Amino acid sequence: MELAGIFKYFYELLVSTGLPQVWVDIIAMVAAAVIIFGFLAVCALFLVWWERKVSAHIQQRFGPMRTGWHGWRQTIADAIKLIQKEDITPMTADRAVFYWAPIMCFVAAFAVYVVMPFGDGLIVSDLNVGILYVVAITSFTIISLLMAGWGSNNKYALLGGMRSAAQVVSYEIPMVVTICSVVLFVGSLSMVDIVQSQAQIYQWYIFRLPFGPIAFIIYIITGTAETNRTPFDLPEAEQELVAGFNVEYSGMKFAMFFLAEFVNMFTVSAIGTTLFLGGWQGPFLPSWMWFLGKTLVLVFILMWFRWTYPRLRVDQLMEFSWKFLLPLSFANLILAGLMKYSGWFNW
Amino acid sequence: MSEIDKLQTEEFVLNMGPHHPSTHGVCRFVLKMEGEVIKDVEPVVGYLHRALEKICENRTYAQIIPVTDRFEYCTSMSCNMAFALAVEKLAAMEIPERAQYLRIIMLELNRIASHLIWFGTTALDLGAITPFLYGFREREFILDLFEMTCGQRLTYNYIRVGGVARDIPTQFVPKCREFLNIFDACVDDYERLLTENVIFVVRNKNVGVLPPEKAIAWGVSGPALRASGVKHDLRRDDPYCIYDRFDFEIPTCQNGDCYDRYIIRIKEMRESAKIVRQALDKLPEGETRAKVKMVFKPPAGEVYSRIENSRGEMGMYVISDGSTKPVRVKMRGGSYNQLQVIPEITRGHKIADLVAIMASMDVIMPEVDR
Repeated sequence: MELAGIFKYFYELLVSTGLPQVWVDIIAMVAAAVIIFGFLAVCALFLVWWERKVSAHIQQRFGPMRTGWHGWRQTIADAIKLIQKEDITPMTADRAVFYWAPIMCFVAAFAVYVVMPFGDGLIVSDLNVGILYVVAITSFTIISLLMAGWGSNNKYALLGGMRSAAQVVSYEIPMVVTICSVVLFVGSLSMVDIVQSQAQIYQWYIFRLPFGPIAFIIYIITGTAETNRTPFDLPEAEQELVAGFNVEYSGMKFAMFFLAEFVNMFTVSAIGTTLFLGGWQGPFLPSWMWFLGKTLVLVFILMWFRWTYPRLRVDQLMEFSWKFLLPLSFANLILAGLMKYSGWFNW
Repeated sequence: MSEIDKLQTEEFVLNMGPHHPSTHGVCRFVLKMEGEVIKDVEPVVGYLHRALEKICENRTYAQIIPVTDRFEYCTSMSCNMAFALAVEKLAAMEIPERAQYLRIIMLELNRIASHLIWFGTTALDLGAITPFLYGFREREFILDLFEMTCGQRLTYNYIRVGGVARDIPTQFVPKCREFLNIFDACVDDYERLLTENVIFVVRNKNVGVLPPEKAIAWGVSGPALRASGVKHDLRRDDPYCIYDRFDFEIPTCQNGDCYDRYIIRIKEMRESAKIVRQALDKLPEGETRAKVKMVFKPPAGEVYSRIENSRGEMGMYVISDGSTKPVRVKMRGGSYNQLQVIPEITRGHKIADLVAIMASMDVIMPEVDR
């Protein structure tokens, strides 16, 4: 069951009504935005529930059990509760910055999905600079965290905001260098091209020895850091900074940060799937199912990290990035270049 | 003068607590910081002051035992014990053999329970949430044992002047053995989770180093002192009850950093389990409480008794004038000294290290404030 066909059918139906092309495009765009928004909202709710179940089972608990089958309605109830909550703005806060920070955070998380290849032909827009666009848009998250930290006018929030800025900037570089090593092989920045270059399982970039696995591990580590999750969850370190940058947020604004965190986790896993695990490629099942399955496996790995490891200290975090990951990723890029140039493994 | 030098700067003062997830109760730290680095720490105590010592002056000796429960609620048995020991010393009482062994069993089980709380909160303070649940899972076993013995899970009121409140139920010994049989494997589990975890090691090694001279000068006792390399344990050096009859090791480390304090407590849990095993093997039959008069009046005098608690030396100084109530009771807890030394070893570290040091010192606020 390929979803792309269904969407195509509706698009052609729209064209056949005889509307001017401009209107057709606008309607199609709005529809795409609504569908993706709906998907992400459901996805974030599901991931919240799933994280609770995963953490519970790792800790020999059950997690939510009372509301519906294995508590699946729990996060829906939580979301409704958050929407109903009073929205508090601290008196000393910088109101504009405080107001826009969560919106910016959510929009940045949302906008990435323009170029996300969900399945064969299931992509909103196949930009020819796709992966560059992803890297650029995800960087907006840092600005929003900094805004939240500064705008709250709270010392813990400020420390959290500063930490997140330092952290994401340091980890962005090895991540981009690692993505470059894959792009080098593909010869294109387009997400669809990246997926199509991995048609067979031995062509997946994770299996292209020796550079592939190293690149994948670097990507997962930096991805964990980008999404601010344990062992890199310093911006919101509960035990040190109480809640870090979002300490002053409540109600819907908090929910936006919260949902954005889970959407970002999905994003990182989805990009990882696209770059290293062959994206939507796979036999028998429809392509979107392969994409979702692989992505959820990566999401599970991120959750596994979180519920196993302690947290690094801020200076150790920086050291790890600048003294270990960055040289390693550059060396790996050179290795990938040599492989490409010499023609090994160019299947 | 450059532009930057002309800028007005203020000291960054961060109030950590009294309500903060990792201050273990209601302790407040006033931190003077430069970015993430701590220039100075000032612990502010007193938020949990309940005037326990004053309350003791208005109660009979039997009524004081439940008050001592609240002194250090993670190891209530030890508090009962310290007070009972002081009064028994004053009255020169003979304690039945069975009661002696039961006391040892309860004290050591309580030490394990207390160390399990420490284990969980230490991991939690460093950001690992899962070990917390594991520690509490095993603690639950011990609490069940206590519950079947004295009906309480936190404030036991079990060790009384002259013995223990009542005999253990028949299913206690098999249940306790069952727990001890799985316990070593559980500690192995904890060690697999944390001891060799790279992140845990780098967070704790060379953090909050407490040299032995400084530890002695500040009156630090218990595991924190032994981690600095001083082999001092009241169970061995000044045996109370019948600790001299048991065979157990006193683990010590050399560096005195957070990691060593962690290692010491993990080893102590194993040693405590060893002691409980020996006590269960030797447990004699007989009375569990010496005859104590209904209106109990110890002779006039002063006495100080001290025991090795899981957080260091716990002492009770009791002055009696020969009436039914003490004139003065002074409680000494190890946490107070451990909290005092924290600023000394925290300066120059990061804010995350303060949390690690606080956790490794295993400070508990009710013991500090009393």
